[in-house]
Amino acid sequence: MQNTTFTELTTTRMNPHVDPGLHIWGWEVPVYLFLGGLAAGLLILSSYAVLSRKKRDLPTSANWAPLLVVPALLIGLTALFLDLEYKLHVYRFYLTFQPTAPMSWGSWILGIVFVTSGLSTVYALYQLPWFANLGLAKMRLLQALRGFAGRHERGLATSNLVLGISLGIYTGILLSAFSARPLWNSSVLGMIFLASGLSSGAALAALMAARLNRDEASPEHEFLVRFDLTCIVVEAGLIGLWIVGLLTGTEAGREAAALILGGPYTAAFWSLVVAVGLVVPGTLEVMALRSRWNSHLVAPLLVLVGGVALRFILVNAGQVSAIAQTVGHG
Amino acid sequence: MQSLTKRRFGMGVDTVACVGCSACAIACKTENDVPQGHTRRWVNQRVEGRFPHLTMMVWSDSCQQCDDSPCVDACPTGASHVHEATGTTQVDRNKCTGCKACIAACPYGARYVRPEGYVDKCTLCIHRLKRGERTACEEVCPTKAIVVGDLNDSRSELSRRIAARHHRRQKVEAGTNPRFYLFT
Repeated sequence: MQNTTFTELTTTRMNPHVDPGLHIWGWEVPVYLFLGGLAAGLLILSSYAVLSRKKRDLPTSANWAPLLVVPALLIGLTALFLDLEYKLHVYRFYLTFQPTAPMSWGSWILGIVFVTSGLSTVYALYQLPWFANLGLAKMRLLQALRGFAGRHERGLATSNLVLGISLGIYTGILLSAFSARPLWNSSVLGMIFLASGLSSGAALAALMAARLNRDEASPEHEFLVRFDLTCIVVEAGLIGLWIVGLLTGTEAGREAAALILGGPYTAAFWSLVVAVGLVVPGTLEVMALRSRWNSHLVAPLLVLVGGVALRFILVNAGQVSAIAQTVGHG
Repeated sequence: MQSLTKRRFGMGVDTVACVGCSACAIACKTENDVPQGHTRRWVNQRVEGRFPHLTMMVWSDSCQQCDDSPCVDACPTGASHVHEATGTTQVDRNKCTGCKACIAACPYGARYVRPEGYVDKCTLCIHRLKRGERTACEEVCPTKAIVVGDLNDSRSELSRRIAARHHRRQKVEAGTNPRFYLFT
């Protein structure tokens, strides 16, 4: 203790949302990141159903999942739009491409996803018996789009698969590219968000399947449970690697990890993200596969709650994490 | 007047001379119409050690005009950019969407959102530099602690001080290569 020195910094800086701790992003960004990940998960799932030629076995994934992609993205982008401080300049995202800025990549990926998932939506709409009876279904443009999507079903599924993976990873890279925020500054974060998005997509598809496929022994139920369980195991492993990476890295990384290892976000992270979002639904799914206790609602709902919690806790805690004030020689 | 091309302006603060009077911060607010409750320039006081062996450092602080600016890398619209002629980091308010990525990217907390919605920070009084004048903070400093100069010009006052004096930079480990020098 004799040699311990203390440093105290006093500053007259006082900017809103920057001091005393950074808080520039509220609920809008986590909601957008969750819905973006969810849309990515649904896109990948529906593409898989087409590419693996299992449309008949996986009717919800193939026919219903594509219908939710565009609505999820629209709600997410509305949230993101609300977060912009200068909303009139939103078009500026599409007048340039900035290769070093993840947000620029995201803007363009989303732009392309809207086109390809829009085509899948039109195709999926025509699969619904009630839609075919609508006057809308007789519109020449929609029929032409449906025809195009039908002729290029596998090509469209392939591009949706690639774009879905890009979108899912991007929602994590958006945060991990900030070297000034040590909690986010890990390349594993992109994969964590992709795994979580896939898991959320499978959970939502499972909820829809429970409503649509009344037959409980349908192969789609078992497929979705296995798929989700795989995502949960991978996500849990990646979260472990992320924490190990922070702890074995720089002092800034260790301080950031402390936020969820004893710091203010510990209880929320371990209870909502790990227990509610991963451990409990994972256990329920293992039980379901062993036919011990089958719940089509509880596990998917918990996965979705965990996915939302992951984005909220990480966005909030990451903003607090910072590189300590140092005055180095050189 | 000397051409502004290929210049690389930076800033130095003499922490021995700085008394923390905040005249620079007030001059900056007046010169640049910084809104109430916001700061482009501020004063830091750092106390280090263990009583009675304490050292204190006082300095006027702002945007560090980094060589590798994370704010420019993070900007999705090109609003945050490096001004070619002065080498300074600037914000084009006509391109800024207020997405705040640059604020998250800055390790120094130098940026804020103006009430109008665009992001703002120290411009190193680029409007004055272009006219060959000194910055508002440098001009008003009563102890001549603030020095602004071209780091590409070895004869500039700033370059000469860096060569002659002990100096430090803040958060060098952030990898930003700040052009903001503290003379100790």
